[in-house]
Amino acid sequence: MSGVLVCLESRTGELSRISREAIAAGAALATSLNTTLDLALVGPSTDPGFQSLGGATVHAIFALEHPLLAQYTADAYTAACAQLIARVQPDYVLFPHTYQVRDFAPKLATRLGRVLLGDVTAIHVESGTVTFTRQLFQGKLNGIYRAQSPAPCLVSVQAGAFRAEAPQPTTATIEVFRPEIAADSVRAIPGDPFRAAAQTVDLASASILVSVGRGIKDQANIPLVQELATALGAELAASRPICDAGWLPMERQVGSSGQTVAPKLYLAVGISGAIQHLVGMKASQCIVAINKDEHAPIFEVADYGIVGDLFEVIPALTAAVRKARA
Amino acid sequence: MKILVAIKQVPERDARIRIDAAGKWIALDDVEFRMNESDAYALEEALLLRDAHGGEVVVVSAGPERVGQTIREALAKGADRAIHIDCDNLGDYDALGSAHLLAAAMRTEAADLILTGLQSDDLGLGQTGVILAELLGIPHSSLILKIEKTDTGLKVLRELEDGWFQHIEMPTPALLTIQSGNTKLRYATLMGIKKAKTKEVRRVTSEELGVAAEKTVALEKVTLPTRQKSTQMLAGTPAEAAALLVQKLQQEVRVL
Ligand SMILES: Cc1cc2nc3c(=O)[nH]c(=O)nc-3n(C[C@H](O)[C@H](O)[C@H](O)COP(=O)(O)OP(=O)(O)OC[C@H]3O[C@@H](n4cnc5c(N)ncnc54)[C@H](O)[C@@H]3O)c2cc1C
Ligand SMILES: Nc1ncnc2c1ncn2[C@@H]1O[C@H](COP(=O)(O)O)[C@@H](O)[C@H]1O
Repeated sequence: MSGVLVCLESRTGELSRISREAIAAGAALATSLNTTLDLALVGPSTDPGFQSLGGATVHAIFALEHPLLAQYTADAYTAACAQLIARVQPDYVLFPHTYQVRDFAPKLATRLGRVLLGDVTAIHVESGTVTFTRQLFQGKLNGIYRAQSPAPCLVSVQAGAFRAEAPQPTTATIEVFRPEIAADSVRAIPGDPFRAAAQTVDLASASILVSVGRGIKDQANIPLVQELATALGAELAASRPICDAGWLPMERQVGSSGQTVAPKLYLAVGISGAIQHLVGMKASQCIVAINKDEHAPIFEVADYGIVGDLFEVIPALTAAVRKARA
Repeated sequence: MKILVAIKQVPERDARIRIDAAGKWIALDDVEFRMNESDAYALEEALLLRDAHGGEVVVVSAGPERVGQTIREALAKGADRAIHIDCDNLGDYDALGSAHLLAAAMRTEAADLILTGLQSDDLGLGQTGVILAELLGIPHSSLILKIEKTDTGLKVLRELEDGWFQHIEMPTPALLTIQSGNTKLRYATLMGIKKAKTKEVRRVTSEELGVAAEKTVALEKVTLPTRQKSTQMLAGTPAEAAALLVQKLQQEVRVL
């Protein structure tokens, strides 16, 4: 039986949000193609998380069980997924585009003689032809892709691109799938995940954030945005390159590898709006973008935008805020 | 340690993006090119490892004639030699195809370590390194921030989501994809630039490597993204735009 298979990820026993989004993408695709939807998750089938996977539309749920899957390694996960795909024979295999999926799905695709359509933001079905949209040039362009090889077609979906539905009880059978993985085929020894030093600023609780990006050009210009932040009673945040350069401490970094924030007001100054930044701030109630490039992707998510040179706009804005507050 | 570094030449970060006449890629006539950002960090890590442990750094790049300029830059920074896969039609290859090109050029080098960038700034696939490792049959790890040589192989620091990290140990030969930003990049010195002119750049073609352009996925067209929200653009002089924004913040957003 062919159809759509969605491979999910759970952390600490709970299905991640992006996994639910992948289910939504898979369900929509299966409906458009009038085919079945199967789900797969690593872990024991007795895990309560399995009971709330999907809903009526789900055909089968596979619980991938093997001691070597307890801790992620690319070798073990690739072997397990390859065997599951051989068993299920799906037309489409969907993944959430997480750091873990980035690490093994291209390897899995290669083993199957395919290329992963990675970090997809939209899937369109038109008279049986499926096209996939993914971002190019850090979000400045969209590329429309089509698979040109026989099934299976492997796809990973971008965080936030598909709307997740609330967990639903399932009536589907949960089938234990035990892949064969030889211990000596796993070449890497992963250590336990750990966090960097404790955070001293809590960006998540700030109601206004002034966030600065590479448009600021130099560390010496940081006081310019600090003054605006002070005038607004805001905390200062930053895009990754600013923290990498050491111009602001890492704990002020917003994005997929930093903090996720949703303040009342997020003011993005000289930030282009790459997806890894957007995922950390897209949920803000109001987004203001100041950028000299009118085509910068940040404007796609902004409520208010000013196209201009931040070195002129920011001092003017600081003055205007002070005046309003006086 | 013999280290190979895959380096891609990409359009300058601030390049104006215009869609070409065929609607399949961007117009390249007035575009400036540079080394892909994460590849510059991969090169830096390779040079640091070589400086500490000895050995050789070989850069490998696939692309047209103009790629030679980026290769020279890598040599000027300290790479020992280079392989240029001379290829005018890289767009006819998908990620698997271009990884096959790189693999064919790298296989005979029998390196201890292969480094690639985490992802290219133009296509942004974030896949080529991982595919390459599978083609070469060696272990890999992606999103790497730090590399340490151990008695049995490597110990690397991998970035996870939301500020988490992880150490991973693996034997060599291995492939790592390098995340940007963890070290300071060196500049090419005048001496380095001079020396680069005498360093070996071996050119090979896709025919010589025996890798034909085949695609399992195809980029059919490119389009400009559409706005997800209706953005109010505030025009005028900086002072006018600022005053307008403050007014919105007071009356509509109510945060002032
Ligand atoms: C796995 C992974 C994880 C990542 N994690 C994160 C993360 O957590 N957080 C994060 O932020 N990034 C992250 N990144 C990096 C991300 O992809 C982008 O590279 C980064 O967000 C870009 O930062 P930026 O917008 O400040 O810089 P750029 O992309 O260089 O943008 C600078 C912007 O400033 C504008 N500008 C320049 N001069 C001026 C001026 N005078 N006035 C006004 N505007 C000006 C330019 O038009 C441009 O839009 C990650 C990347 C990867 C691959
Ligand atoms: N044409 C190329 N020549 C050399 N290296 C490349 C090429 N394409 C991709 N790479 C390497 O693969 C990495 C990931 O690219 P991508 O999979 O396109 O995101 C890049 O950072 C480079 O290190």
